[in-house]
Amino acid sequence: MRVDLQQVEEAAKELYIRALKLLPPDIKQGFDRLVADESNAGAQRVLGTMLKNITVAEDTQTLLCQDTGIPIYNVRIGRGVEVDGFGLQEAIRRGCARSTREYSFRSSIVHPTTRVNDQTSTGRGVPIIHVEFADRENILEIEMIPKGSGSENNSWLKMAIPAEGIDAIKTFVIDCVLDAGGKTCPPTIVGVGVGGTSDLCVHLAKQAATRALGSRCEDPEGAKLEEALTRAVNMLGVGPQGLGGDSTAFAVHVETAATHITMNPVAVNMQCHSARRARVTFRPGGMEYGF
Amino acid sequence: MAHHELSPALTETQARALRVNDTVTLNGTLFGIRDATQIHMFDRGRKTRFDLSGHAVIHTAPNVKKVEKSAAFPAGYQPSCIGTTTSDRMERFTRPLLAEYGVRLVIGKGGLRDDSMKAFGEMGGAYLAIVGGAAALETTWVEAIEDVDLDDLHPESLWKFRVRGFGPLVVAMDSHGGSLYSMVNQAAREQRAAALRALGVR
Repeated sequence: MRVDLQQVEEAAKELYIRALKLLPPDIKQGFDRLVADESNAGAQRVLGTMLKNITVAEDTQTLLCQDTGIPIYNVRIGRGVEVDGFGLQEAIRRGCARSTREYSFRSSIVHPTTRVNDQTSTGRGVPIIHVEFADRENILEIEMIPKGSGSENNSWLKMAIPAEGIDAIKTFVIDCVLDAGGKTCPPTIVGVGVGGTSDLCVHLAKQAATRALGSRCEDPEGAKLEEALTRAVNMLGVGPQGLGGDSTAFAVHVETAATHITMNPVAVNMQCHSARRARVTFRPGGMEYGF
Repeated sequence: MAHHELSPALTETQARALRVNDTVTLNGTLFGIRDATQIHMFDRGRKTRFDLSGHAVIHTAPNVKKVEKSAAFPAGYQPSCIGTTTSDRMERFTRPLLAEYGVRLVIGKGGLRDDSMKAFGEMGGAYLAIVGGAAALETTWVEAIEDVDLDDLHPESLWKFRVRGFGPLVVAMDSHGGSLYSMVNQAAREQRAAALRALGVR
């Protein structure tokens, strides 16, 4: 399958606006589960406002959240796909900037020291583009995530040591959720990276935080941690918006990687309740949008 | 848990009447303010031509569309999505907002810290919590962008909104030392040991 870069540019443009307006169905189901279990009346009111917002956004074609985020594009390239890799990156970058201009939404991207905003949602190294390869025939997927800053500003890495064991990982996650309080716009998806190097560990946390609800860590040890941590985090009572309640997190997601004999790294990254993402899939028969 | 319908500018007495867990709906003028706005106002000596005295400010940087100036769009901006950002980053600006500009209410999400609490107590102000990330709904409460100042900082300009039925917002920090965030945070920290026990942490 040969990939048309003009189509990629159009898709990169459409993905950004779709992600900003349409909440994925798994997140809506996550809200339904929280509403069913929430025992705090104030928290029920907050969750009710969030649900109303989703309806208003759909009915009025308005962005779900004002924060247009840092644009992240995750590209997965299957076998037998012919694509000019550099051209693909440039096409995504152009599509991202066009989305901002043509749909006239806020560019949230500035230079890190001058703070100058080019009003294009792009800059040095932004959009962030990750490319990986998949053992699937003739398929190219692009996932777009507008990562909100309220949750991103609450990111942590601890280079724990082997003698601290798995207890260090569990304690760290609990303490991060306590530190975050209402700042991350809970209920959140708490993403936990375990293992790897420092940079891989943080990347794993981001992958975990932005994964669909209902998905599980492929590593059974990670999956066990997910279950235990989800229950424990929701015992804390931080609640939606940090105003108290049972619904602190939709879930805790964990991603793992092997690490060094001397290392025991753990990272936490959170996704806010406006857990937005959009996806396009290119196949020989055409392209299709989804979540 | 009283409900207050407020149309700023407010007096100190009106601000001090607000108690934690009360609800507020705002009508009339509301100013939008953000990190860069306040960095320029308080660290770089820039002044605004707006009179913020007695008013409410909201931590925001909206999505707007540039349009021809008209009666409906007096500032030449059409609101497309107006939401609220995390307040904590702007903690150190609460005191000068109250002391130098006479601001009475700060609206945001996630809460502010101890010095804001003290400033509300000393000068008479309150923090109202809005549901963050509910910007589509919040936008329906904004009638118009009436004016804008410091617009070279766009989108972190100083915005003057006209709002109607803006709320209900929850009084989360008041001038009497009450803070929902401190209460929830303290209770959550008391649950820490139980959560760690449930995880089998020794």
